[in-house]
Amino acid sequence: MLRKLSSLILVGVAGLAMSGCSGGGGTDGAATGSSAGAGGGNDKIVMGFAQVGAESGWRTANTKSIQESAAQAGIELKFSDAQQKQENQIKAIRSYIQQKVDIIAFSPVVESGWDTVLKEAQRAKIPVILTDRAVDSPDKSLYKTFLGSDFVEEGRKAGQWLVDEYKDSKDPVNIVELQGTTGSAPANDRKAGFQEVIGADPKFKIAASQTGDFTRAKGKEVMEAFLKSTPKIDVLFAHNDDMGLGAIEAIEGAGKVPGKDIKIVTIDAVKDGMQALADGKINYIVECSPLLGPQLMDLSKKVLAGEQVEPRVVTEETTFTQEQAKQALPERKY
Amino acid sequence: MSRLLGHRLFWPSAVLAALLLVNVVFTNGFLNVQMKDGHLYGSLIDIVRFGAPLILVALGMTLVIATGGIDLSVGSVVAIAGALACLRISLLGDQNSVGGVLGAIGLALALSLVLGLWNGVLVTAAGIQPIIATLILMVAGRGLAQLITDGQIITINSSPYKLIGGGYWLTLPFGIIIVAAVLALAAFLTRRLALGLLIESVGGNAKASRLAGISARGVLLTVYAFCGLCAGIAGLMISSNVSSADGNNAGLWIELDAILAVVIGGTSLAGGRFSLGGTVLGALVIQTLTTTIYSIGVPPETTLLFKALVVTIVCLLQSPAFRAKVLHGRRRRPSASARPVPEEKKASVSA
Repeated sequence: MLRKLSSLILVGVAGLAMSGCSGGGGTDGAATGSSAGAGGGNDKIVMGFAQVGAESGWRTANTKSIQESAAQAGIELKFSDAQQKQENQIKAIRSYIQQKVDIIAFSPVVESGWDTVLKEAQRAKIPVILTDRAVDSPDKSLYKTFLGSDFVEEGRKAGQWLVDEYKDSKDPVNIVELQGTTGSAPANDRKAGFQEVIGADPKFKIAASQTGDFTRAKGKEVMEAFLKSTPKIDVLFAHNDDMGLGAIEAIEGAGKVPGKDIKIVTIDAVKDGMQALADGKINYIVECSPLLGPQLMDLSKKVLAGEQVEPRVVTEETTFTQEQAKQALPERKY
Repeated sequence: MSRLLGHRLFWPSAVLAALLLVNVVFTNGFLNVQMKDGHLYGSLIDIVRFGAPLILVALGMTLVIATGGIDLSVGSVVAIAGALACLRISLLGDQNSVGGVLGAIGLALALSLVLGLWNGVLVTAAGIQPIIATLILMVAGRGLAQLITDGQIITINSSPYKLIGGGYWLTLPFGIIIVAAVLALAAFLTRRLALGLLIESVGGNAKASRLAGISARGVLLTVYAFCGLCAGIAGLMISSNVSSADGNNAGLWIELDAILAVVIGGTSLAGGRFSLGGTVLGALVIQTLTTTIYSIGVPPETTLLFKALVVTIVCLLQSPAFRAKVLHGRRRRPSASARPVPEEKKASVSA
């Protein structure tokens, strides 16, 4: 009996404390909201950004772009690096909520497990923008928008180049494909987009398709095997530059000329890839741009000004031919 | 015939032969080896070339496992060695200077040796179980590699460094020559000198061998250091093959492949007996399997399942108990000299 009573009291106290908390949070949220709404005024927007980690040159360029464009847009950026760990990222987002930033943006390390922390942000009335990677939560109201590349479109662009390149030829075209990490979104989507475009013409034939795990070493190893098992290869489609760069070494080792004997189309446009493109070893690169900082800042301002934004915003991206690569290379940031 | 069947290298060899046969059926001219640009070229050469780092790592692992230990940190050491060497070379004024490249290689190998020794010290002096002791470096080492590369891929352009993993010497891939040299050294140390006997005795029964006057500590330090060194050389090969160091992915999960190679080769995970030749065969089986998957076009989604099936078959064939039951039927049940052995072993392990 006594125990029941004490637990009742405890619950009551906790309830009180919680209601006090949420009340305080509510008024505070409203306060920051109104100050941002007064907008464009003297108050600086504060953005909390939780980055995945420094995994590659691509990611570093992504970080730099966000930092630079925040400074340009006059947005105060609180930046954290999660070192590829979801728990670090959740911690960072919670600390942003406590610091009562105006807006939170992050690139989720993995797709799932975000509902709790996103609900906390929602309760604190802090809008969230996802960048570059999506979350699989069915509740779309947890975030304002998702800004990132459209991997399917990238695959389509690669396929379209191939269709244009071979439009005058009637001979069958043998394609080998180096896929990204099995099951990853970029690998699935790029494959699907590519297939969708080239599937319309029966002369295009994917002779072999294997995963190269997005790495140079695997790209080289798999390409070596392709070169022996597939007698005639006309085109290589690699889901990223790195695998393409590995494959180039394999092709050169086989005494063939990459870019001529075997045409190569890749996705990403990192600096090493662009160099190979300018050198004529790759024929075409579809950009997957990390430079989404300016767009992110625009979107944040719109969201905070209370404007409606599209739930899905695609990064502005382009494609590169060999000539364009030569011009773009000197000022390539990553 | 029965002696041949009973030889412990028979079944790994048979599986290797079977895999090669599958390739010959599916791929035209699989066995062809031709001269191209002054070096040998062909699928068989590829298997040995890409298998070379795995063979090296597995050789080191064999000796560690023979002492009853295990080294999970080899993948991280692979990444660290490659990262450090590439970093040093990328800082050179002239990346093609042989002296500078040798310096970078020396530094990377020295660090690998130290990391191996670190494992050995944790196991011997601190008395930590090998699986835990090396787990530390497995996790932390990956971070160290990322620290060295700054999380980026370091690309270099150095022809002397390229030789190690991607070059040729006397028409042979240079990596194969390194493997042959390390194998010869290991075989000499363990089979011509007493080291092999000491390793086996420490692995068989550490306490008994200590009472017999064997310095288990020295033996353990030696094998862990050797394992680290082998992993370091493998790391140089892997990074040299693609002229770049990838701290995040280089050597990822190679420890599991190496352990598998050791087991396929007939070395007991309980320690006390090992076979260097078996390990080389085991590593070749794994690499041939990988190449087979690429060349016969197993879809990537089913690759792991396919690998698992083949490895299961190999392990079942290796098991005397399974062979006695399935292959020989009822005929040899009463004698079955092989059967009591595993049971005895089990008993001693659980005790």
